[in-house]
Amino acid sequence: MYPEARVTSFVSEQFEPVRLHVKKHSEAMGRFGADWTPTVMIVDSDGKEYYRIEGYLPADDFLAKLKLGLAHYLFKSGNFAESEKRFREIVDEFPNNEVAPEALYWAGVSNYKGTGNGGALGETAKAFQSRYTDSPWAKRSTVWAA
Amino acid sequence: MEIPWTDDVDAAMTRVRESKKPLLLDFTAAPM
Repeated sequence: MYPEARVTSFVSEQFEPVRLHVKKHSEAMGRFGADWTPTVMIVDSDGKEYYRIEGYLPADDFLAKLKLGLAHYLFKSGNFAESEKRFREIVDEFPNNEVAPEALYWAGVSNYKGTGNGGALGETAKAFQSRYTDSPWAKRSTVWAA
Repeated sequence: MEIPWTDDVDAAMTRVRESKKPLLLDFTAAPM
């Protein structure tokens, strides 16, 4: 999952990278509730988990999920302007990836949480009327439609 | 570019306490 430069540079720049072997670090597997390998988790300095990827993924899918996980970390840390930016970048960079509808949804929520502008949710629902119409995230946005 | 992996998770958690940078934990069965 890490052979491509775009993945290694993203990991090196955005995270403190920790690699733990299933046999050598079995205690850590239990501590963080990892049941399978590969498992990749985004956690904070207290060990609180924000995102988890289980199983091998091709580089493009892996990078898309890493970026989604980082955006969720920023959102849950209350950094809504930065999380909105990151979610929108995912939609632009990976428009046909399975993570794109989820990123579009949370970009709208980030905008609302950061600005208090309820119109952001309506705009997101409107966007789902022309993109990712069959996705579960489009269904979740229908409640925001005017 | 090589990823600067560490296997000392507690030291890594201490390092990011100030920076608020998240940790990426990679649990693997591949040779290290």
